[in-house]
Order: sequence, then structure tokens, then C-alpha cells
Amino acid sequence: MALPIYADPLERAWYYSYRVICALIFIFLIAPILIIMPLSFNYQPYFTFSPEMLRLDPDAYSLRWYDNLLTFGMSAPDALRDSSWWSDVWHNAKWVQAAKNSIIVGFFATIVATVLGTIAAMGLSRPEMPFRKLIMAILISPMIVPIIITATGLFFFYSDIGLSGTYFGLIMAHATLGIPFVIITVTATMMGFDRSLIRAAQNMGAGPVTTFFKVQLPLITPGVVSGGLFAFVTSFDEVVVVLFVGSHEQQTIPRQMWNGIREQISPSILAVATILVIFSICLLTVVELLRRRSERLRGVTPS
Amino acid sequence: MASPDIPNQNDVLRTVDGIPLKTALATASRRARIRAFLLVVPLLVFILLTFAVPIGQMLSRSFTDDKFSANMVELGKWFDANGKAAPDEAAYAALAADLKTSAEDRSAGNVGTRINYELPGTRSLFTSAARKARNLEPPFKEAILALDPQWARADLWAAMRSASAPATLNFYQAALDRQIGADGEFEAAPENTQIYVKLFIRTFVMSIVITGLCLLLGFPIAHLLAILPLRHASLLMILVLLPFWTSLLVRTTSWMVLLQTQGVINDLLVWLHIVSDGGRLEMMYNQTGTIIAMTHILLPFMILPLYSVMKTIPPSYARAARSLGATSWTTFRRIYLPQTISGIGAGGILCFILAVGYYITPALVGGADGTLISNQIAFHMQKSLNWSLAAALAGMLLVAVLILYWAYDRIIGIDNMKLG
Repeated sequence: MALPIYADPLERAWYYSYRVICALIFIFLIAPILIIMPLSFNYQPYFTFSPEMLRLDPDAYSLRWYDNLLTFGMSAPDALRDSSWWSDVWHNAKWVQAAKNSIIVGFFATIVATVLGTIAAMGLSRPEMPFRKLIMAILISPMIVPIIITATGLFFFYSDIGLSGTYFGLIMAHATLGIPFVIITVTATMMGFDRSLIRAAQNMGAGPVTTFFKVQLPLITPGVVSGGLFAFVTSFDEVVVVLFVGSHEQQTIPRQMWNGIREQISPSILAVATILVIFSICLLTVVELLRRRSERLRGVTPS
Repeated sequence: MASPDIPNQNDVLRTVDGIPLKTALATASRRARIRAFLLVVPLLVFILLTFAVPIGQMLSRSFTDDKFSANMVELGKWFDANGKAAPDEAAYAALAADLKTSAEDRSAGNVGTRINYELPGTRSLFTSAARKARNLEPPFKEAILALDPQWARADLWAAMRSASAPATLNFYQAALDRQIGADGEFEAAPENTQIYVKLFIRTFVMSIVITGLCLLLGFPIAHLLAILPLRHASLLMILVLLPFWTSLLVRTTSWMVLLQTQGVINDLLVWLHIVSDGGRLEMMYNQTGTIIAMTHILLPFMILPLYSVMKTIPPSYARAARSLGATSWTTFRRIYLPQTISGIGAGGILCFILAVGYYITPALVGGADGTLISNQIAFHMQKSLNWSLAAALAGMLLVAVLILYWAYDRIIGIDNMKLG
């Protein structure tokens, strides 16, 4: 909205100061995330910019903390970096193990949450759904109930039925936490879905299964995928439930970070954080592209 | 599907099969309802198993603890028979018998722990008495009092009486800073041990402050995004969504890096000569740190609902108000602001709900006075191992959150929740 011509000087001043205020708030939002990137290349084990870094002295920068991510936990970190060194990294390095665990748990939790969530969202978006609001409230509650309560409940429940310290238990718990995101995104996509398309398909003799796979699914795929990504990120970022129900075997990236921050915060944490920020930039791009695709598919054009 | 008992009247519309149209429609719509419901059933069962049942079980634990009642059987019988009577020789005999069994099956520690919840410092009373229980001879009253005169304490017997039933409200009493007094009735705990009520109040006050700050910072941003042309707005939207998608631990770590005494912000302030090198600000491990970091983390949850409401407000209303002679302030206050109320409500309640139950950020940057009720629950789960008290605190927090959730549903509607 451009400044109207009838604006008085006070309004002009406000117009520009408003932009400045907004710029400052944007800096508040984004600066903390960006600032750790250069700091992770600090040669010194400090969390601030050294004078050499500010002078852009190449010696003040190094990849040592990234290297540390690979070597930490290895049996022979100083050996020659040949194939056996890399195999040592793959089998022993703490952060690599954590990444593997995170991906395994996140992947299966996402599958469970997305499949169950999408099927349920199909039911919820039907106009004839009974008790719609109540069921919706129950299904979204894992997002609302404080994570510490969920974790405490799961701790008792899993100890009783012998699921604590198992991958299966962790995957189920993470799937539960991801389900609200799938429900919200997929039902939002379904709301814009033209139901006459289903009737048209049925009219032409398609059964419910064919209708779902040939008509409905292609149109709602963008929503399903973004819901799945939300579920994955939720699992990938989850630490409290892992702390409560996971054993030492289930060391995930957030748990390893949590331990690192609590004990002795080392710049390696910043290296992990930088990698995770880049990861989230990629995810955000994918979600944004999917949203646009979904809008195009549904015929919504940006105004 | 033709049913024989339908009266054959000519004035009723019928389908080809001869069923009245009304019945056919009712059947069809009932089938459709069942089909829709069946799609939701798998997920509902899943959530019930992995979410509702565990939380229900936790809540039931907050009302029960059988560490004492399961091991002190004889004493339990005596309490059942005699109620609140003063302990006589029979009571001490029952106690001696129970101490003997507890020494044999090594449960004295558990029994002592249970009473220790009510009366701190009494655990060793049970463990040391159990060690010597084998040598106890009648008369038991003198024998036990000879071990430790503390066994005559009225509040100890009151605590044992209330612990002799597995079902108890003691943990909720403890969570409300109340304890068993000398007369066996609940009374307010001494001033210096009252922590939970204060902690609840602090949690709510800090959540209100954080929600207020989010509104203060989120409102201008959401408004700017809503009035800019969509192309620019979606670019700026990335700056809001990136923090939203970034790992919580990453954001907390960056704030720890920024807020440290030797961190970036303090260095900058020293360099700008705003503070002296010796007077670096303490911004971490206190309430300031928690509030700053949590405001940053919850800000997108305020901006997104506000933005989706503001986007739908037609700018012509404001222009009409201006053309009718309203100043820009009046236009904002009387025309624009009232239209954004639903967004403010949605964002405000969402931020508040999330803030009240926050755990990770306060645990890492909160220090001693910046922690919230969640951290106390975690403390009792992991350190003090008073699980029933943890469950009672969690139950109270859960009730608070569910009330807010209900309010959110009433005011905004859960179906209107959107992400990004």
C-alpha cells in the first residue's frame, strides 16, 4: 500500500518509521538463525566473532568443528583417511549414528502418521461426518497437550507394556505427535476440493478405490506431502519423548544436541545447527513449491 | 431393502423399490455417516492407544501410590479397625511385624520413600528401624520408641494412616503446597517450602508476558505482510516461515550463543560503548533469557493466524473511514483493529497454550528463576523420582491447557487452525 497523497507530515513520518520497526522485527526473527552459520566456522572454540574473523582473515576460519562431527566417537580418528577410516565413521561416529537413528525413526513415524492421517482427513472432510468437531479436537490434541505430559504418560505406559527403549515405541510416539500436522494440512487441502469431481468419477463407473487413486489423490498430493514433511520435522526435532522413553541405543540428533548443550556447549553444536538450518531451508522450499502447485491444481491464482 | 411393514399409501413418494423416499434417504445418509466414521476409526484407535491411554494411566497414578499400603499390610489392618485412634500397643505390634517383613523383602526403602514425600527426612527412620526389626521384642511400643523416639510423632502416624490406602489425594495436596500437620489434617506448608503455587503463577505470568510480546511484535509484521503486494509479501513470509521450520534446539542454541556474557550481543554492546566491559549484561540463565528466546520461538504462531485474518480485511473500509473524516489513529482503532480481533484471539490463545507447557527452552536458558512448571515435572520424573507428584502436577497443567483448548475451540474453532 503506497503512501496516499493526502497524508500529512506526521503520517509520512509514521509510514517510514513503521517500515523501520518491521525491518527490526524481521531482523529479530532471522538474525539468530543466520548468525550461527559464520560462527560455526570459527577456528577458536568461542561463541563470538574474534577480531580476526571480522577482518575476514582466512586463518580465523576453519572446518574443524565439522570434522569433529565425523571423528567424535570414532575408534581411530587419526588414522589415514581411506576407505577403512570412512567405514569407521559410518559405524562408530556418534553424530553419524544419531543421524541414522533420527532418519529411521522419522521415516517410519512419517509413514504411519501420513497414512493414518490422510485416511482420517478424508473422512473428516466429508460433510456427513458425525461428531466432527469432537473428533477433530481429539486428533489435534497431541499438538496442544504439553510435550512433557505426553512424555510422562508414555514413560509409565511403555514401562508397563515393555515398549520403552524400543524403536517401535519411539516410532509410535513420534507418529502420534506428527498426526495433528497431517490432519490440519490435509483437511485444509480437502476443503478446497471440488466434491463434484468424485460424483463425476462415480457417474462414469469408477469404484471408490479407483476414484481415490485417479481423482482425489493426485489433487490432494501436495497437501499430503506437506503434512508428511511437517510430521517428519516434528519427529526429527523431538527430544523430550526420546529422553523419557528412549534407551541409549535410540540416540537421535536432537538428543545428542541436548546432551551437548547441557554438558559442555562446544562449537560442534553450531556446526550441527548450521547443517540443520540448511536442511530446514530445503524443506521450506519444497513446502512452498508444493503449496503453489496445489493452488495451481485447484485453480486458485495468486491475486 | 423393502421392508414389509411399510404402509402402502399412495401419497408417499417412493423409490423404484417401493420404499418411501424418506426412509431410503435416511438409510443412505446413515450409511454415508458410517462410511465417513469408519475412515476415521483407525486413527482414533491409534491416538487412543498411544496418547489417551498413557495420559489416563498417568492421571490415575497421580491418585494412587501403593509403595506403603502394599508392604505394610498389618498396619493397614490396624488403621482399618481403629481409624484415627491414638496408636496403642497393638498398633506398634503391627508396625513391628510389618517392619520385619519389609526387612525381609527389602521394601523398607520404598515404604520410607512414600512417607518421606509427606514428611521430609523420615525415610531413614524406616530403613534403620527395618534393619533392627528382627531383634524387636514385646512390648513393642517401648522397643520401637527406644529405637527412635520420633516414632511417637503424631504427624508420622497421620502420614502413615493416609498412606495406608493406595488411593490418595495427597499428591494434589502437595502440588498445592499443603502438607499433613501434627493433627493429621492438611494445612498450608511453611512459607519457605511453598513452591508449586508460586511456580504455577510464575508460569502463567511469564506466558502472558511472552504472548503480549508476541502480539506486540507480530501485529506490525502481519499487517505489513497483509498490505504488501503478494509477490513481496511471499518473499517476506519466508523470513517468518524459516524460523518456524528450523529446529527448536537450533533456535535455542543460537539464543544461548547470542545472550552469553561473552556472546555476540554483549560484545556488540561493549563495542558500541553502551555497557562497559566489566558491566556485561546477564541475559541468560534467568527470566530474561527465557522470555527473549520463547518470544522468538512462538512469534510465528502469532503472525500466521493474524496474517490469515488481516488478508481478508478489505482496505476499502479504512479508506471509507478516512474519507468520512476519521484521523488515521481513529481509523485504526475503530475500523481496523476490531476486524482483527479473531486473529488476535487465535494467535494469543495458541501462543499462550504453547508457552504454558514449554519445556526445552526454559530448561536450557532458564537457569533457576526462568524455569516453568514443565521443568518441575521433569525434575520429579528424573531426579527426585516422586512420580506421583509429577503426575499430579502434570494433571493440573493438563486441566489448565484443556480449558484453554476448549476456549480456543469455542472462540475460533479447531477447524480454522492453519499452518503456513
